[in-house]
Amino acid sequence: MSPIVKKKGEKFTLPSKYLLFILALICAALMVVSFSTDALDKPVNTFAGFIVVPFQSGISSVGSYLHDRSEELAKIKELLDENAELKQQVDKLTEENTKLQEDKYELNNLRNLFKIDKLYDEYDKVGARIIARDSGNFYHTFIVDKGSADGIEVDMNVLADGGLVGRVSEVGRNWARVVSVVADNSNISGKILSTGDTLIVSGNLKTYETDGCVDFSQLIDADGLVNKGDKITTGDISDKFLPDILIGYVNDVKMDSNNLTKSGTITPAVDFAHLSEVLIILENKQTVDED
Amino acid sequence: MKKALLGAAFLLLFFLLQSTVFKYFAINNIGPNLLIIITCTFGFMYSDREGLIIGFFAGLLCDIFFGPILGINALIYMFIGFVNGKFNRLYYSEDFILPGSLFLSSNICYGLVYYILIFILRGRFQFTYYLMNIILPESIYTLVCSIVFYPLLLVCINALKRSEQRRP
Repeated sequence: MSPIVKKKGEKFTLPSKYLLFILALICAALMVVSFSTDALDKPVNTFAGFIVVPFQSGISSVGSYLHDRSEELAKIKELLDENAELKQQVDKLTEENTKLQEDKYELNNLRNLFKIDKLYDEYDKVGARIIARDSGNFYHTFIVDKGSADGIEVDMNVLADGGLVGRVSEVGRNWARVVSVVADNSNISGKILSTGDTLIVSGNLKTYETDGCVDFSQLIDADGLVNKGDKITTGDISDKFLPDILIGYVNDVKMDSNNLTKSGTITPAVDFAHLSEVLIILENKQTVDED
Repeated sequence: MKKALLGAAFLLLFFLLQSTVFKYFAINNIGPNLLIIITCTFGFMYSDREGLIIGFFAGLLCDIFFGPILGINALIYMFIGFVNGKFNRLYYSEDFILPGSLFLSSNICYGLVYYILIFILRGRFQFTYYLMNIILPESIYTLVCSIVFYPLLLVCINALKRSEQRRP
């Protein structure tokens, strides 16, 4: 007898293999739809905004409280030892400090020359708190507690510690998803600040977990002017990232096997492991419509 | 009906814990996968049907918030729930060996499939690195967490089963 024939008086239930088949088809359809259009974004985002995000922000603050307390307890003993050591250092540092004061005076003069301190002042920014992180361990994405109600839009740039964190990839009413620079699927067009050479910065889970670095490639540097420690900022030709935002510092450079381009690794300017608040620039990069 | 409510409540609870609290207690940037625990448990305690439904929604929740595309986690979790449902025949509630080994193997399978679908296809070939540093640690952390969370699920589901048996 066929498994879907209904017996008299028995409640109708779909056998699980058919259910599996139907749901698998739904999954495939979802994948195709979400890959090609963003028709699904709106209903899905509204659901998330009303049901999940309020809980997330609550639990997240409790979680960080517990974490902070447990860290405090563990650290008291460590801190006592450290304290004694630090007192010795204070004497040494006071001496050094006087010397540095002189250097600072010189630095200020140089800064005015380069106008570096005015770098990000021209953008309007809004602060946001991180309330959840990627549920798996493969990606470095996170959720912040500001959304379209606060004027956030997709592709806005996210900063912290004076460096680039990533960009907003999805927005709900009261939440936004940020894909960070170190995420394995992120690629950014960047440039070396000192020489202006362009390159591609791509997140890499493996190098990030082992050395705290991300990859860069496609650097054309025929004269060999790029050294370890050079600043890398976002490039002018990116259509998602505003220009001249610090990404990080060159960690190592090596020639590719084609003898034309160079690649290597970058230490990001942002400490992604201890990130809790970020700044979102309320300005999208101006792009030319191709239509 | 009650079963669906219980499933939804635990799903939400586990997802929230996994994406918030357990990220603060991540060891070496690796957090546990609590959704595997609930998917497997519903699979082998009820049947493949419940397993695949819970798995589908668990995966969908991940996709909505963190996935690069909708539906990919839903598909993987759904199959995990379905396969775990096939172990219902071997399962009895005093035993922890079978649930434990199912949690471990399911999480490893999840990691492998996800790695193949999302990473290998983009040319990240250092398989042993991902296996030793992401997939295995995550699975072991999940197994450790299941010592706390599995009895919780067990007690709730058994209480529900008893109350449903008593009524008719």
